[in-house]
Amino acid sequence: MTAPVLEVRNLVKTFAVKGAFGRGRGIVRAVDDVSFSIGAGEVFGLAGESGSGKSTIARMVMGLSQPDSGDILIDGQSILGRGTSLAHRQQVQMVFQNPGASLNPRRTVGQSIRVPLDAHNFAGDRRARVGELLEMAQLPAHFADRFPHELSGGQKQRVAIARALAVEPRLLVLDEPTSALDVSVQSHVIELLEDLVAQLGLTYLFISHDLSLMRNFAQRVGILYLGKIVETGPVAPVFTAPQHDYTRLLLASVPVISAEEEALRPTIPMIDGDIPTAEQLLALRELSQTKEFKT
Amino acid sequence: MTLALLAPYVTPFPEHVGAVVDFANRHQAPSAVHWFGTDNVGRDIFSRAIFGLRVSLLLAVVVLGLAIPVGVVLGLLAGYFGGWVEIVIMRVTDIALAIPPLVMALAVAAVLTPSLTNSMLAIALLWWTWHTRLIYSITRQLRSQEFVEAAETLGASRAHILFREILPNCVSAIAVKTSLDAGFVILIGAALSFLGLGIQPPTPDLGTMVASGASFLPDYWWESVLPGCAILFVAMGFNLLGDGLRDLFDVEDVR
Repeated sequence: MTAPVLEVRNLVKTFAVKGAFGRGRGIVRAVDDVSFSIGAGEVFGLAGESGSGKSTIARMVMGLSQPDSGDILIDGQSILGRGTSLAHRQQVQMVFQNPGASLNPRRTVGQSIRVPLDAHNFAGDRRARVGELLEMAQLPAHFADRFPHELSGGQKQRVAIARALAVEPRLLVLDEPTSALDVSVQSHVIELLEDLVAQLGLTYLFISHDLSLMRNFAQRVGILYLGKIVETGPVAPVFTAPQHDYTRLLLASVPVISAEEEALRPTIPMIDGDIPTAEQLLALRELSQTKEFKT
Repeated sequence: MTLALLAPYVTPFPEHVGAVVDFANRHQAPSAVHWFGTDNVGRDIFSRAIFGLRVSLLLAVVVLGLAIPVGVVLGLLAGYFGGWVEIVIMRVTDIALAIPPLVMALAVAAVLTPSLTNSMLAIALLWWTWHTRLIYSITRQLRSQEFVEAAETLGASRAHILFREILPNCVSAIAVKTSLDAGFVILIGAALSFLGLGIQPPTPDLGTMVASGASFLPDYWWESVLPGCAILFVAMGFNLLGDGLRDLFDVEDVR
């Protein structure tokens, strides 16, 4: 295996918790001795329920907060102490959970995508680059003049992806990139992300609580429970033969589509896009009336 | 409304703005010739009121022009950086907020000579605090928003984040506050002149006119009541403008 793009060693982050009226103080170990590494071109999934420390790890990798101890290495170089440097920003970029919040509502899509280009002194035609990036995210170039509220959730997330790719990072941190989106749009965004791995040779740190998504998307996973990685390894063994009780619990709580239900699945021709046509809607309604949905 | 006020050409007796005496026409009641009547030395009150409005508007523009940039920048800095920057700026703001602008203006006028410049200075010296407060609270809210963090991870500079990411989201609040403020500043300016500590005669000012007319109440009521109405008119105009702007921006946010 080649040298890891991202290596996290014994990362610890604690938060002080204040009780009511400043009494009953305690310390929460949000991230407790976490280590993992991601090789070039790999999609590493970090799974766990809310509060398990997933986003805290993402924030530390991005340099938005500093760990109490441990080390974060990118291409073998520690980023601690130079967490806010432009060189670090150029290597690692992030796609946030809620595209509605991660794009400035008062700035156009083009302006938002230009931010990293200006910050990193991109040499060349920046306007053309914005168009190129939009195209890469499978959006029309004229979207550059639109405001975020004129776009759908999926389109906004594509803009956020385009913006993250502007400086050609090696590693993309995806913090629940699809959890704020409709299910139908989710798969399109995931497809886009998969295409980009192939095209650009990206490496992903994919953070999610959606295990079925993780199973399809990631190659290796780490299961996070109360700030600790309880199990890690390639997707197949972890999901088929989980070693840790918590992993079993997580897997058991995933809603599964049974073989029976799978057979009932309608085959409707879907056009690549967000909104189904009137005919498709009619077909859907008919299906929902003729067949009983299992719960 | 404001445009008409700025034109000296619309006034019927522009020469009455200065120290002119026309005793033949003193204390005339409102009529077709003198819409607001004439004062104790026979000057046309309507003409003087319109010029008085110009002075009031100048006061508002200068005070807000000085106070708002300062207030907004300090508010952004305090809200974004937090820590000791926040503590220093916000404590100074709190102290300044505790002093009523009118009292401050009285003090400045008493120490220095009473004049338009000094009263503008005195009001501006305290007025920035309101904007600091407003922008501070908005910035605090926006700082934790994902798009600000996103800009940080993209490598944007602090100046960029403050003025390009956060400031555009404050503009509607600033615009509304400014137009509401204009009315208040005009009121304070008029109050100062009324007390004889603002604009000095013979420059026409609505406050001064109300004061000099007051000695002839109730017989020649128009001499102070009508300039008073003019004050009410501008102050309310700006307040309505502020309300209108707020509605406009609210609609935009919902969209």
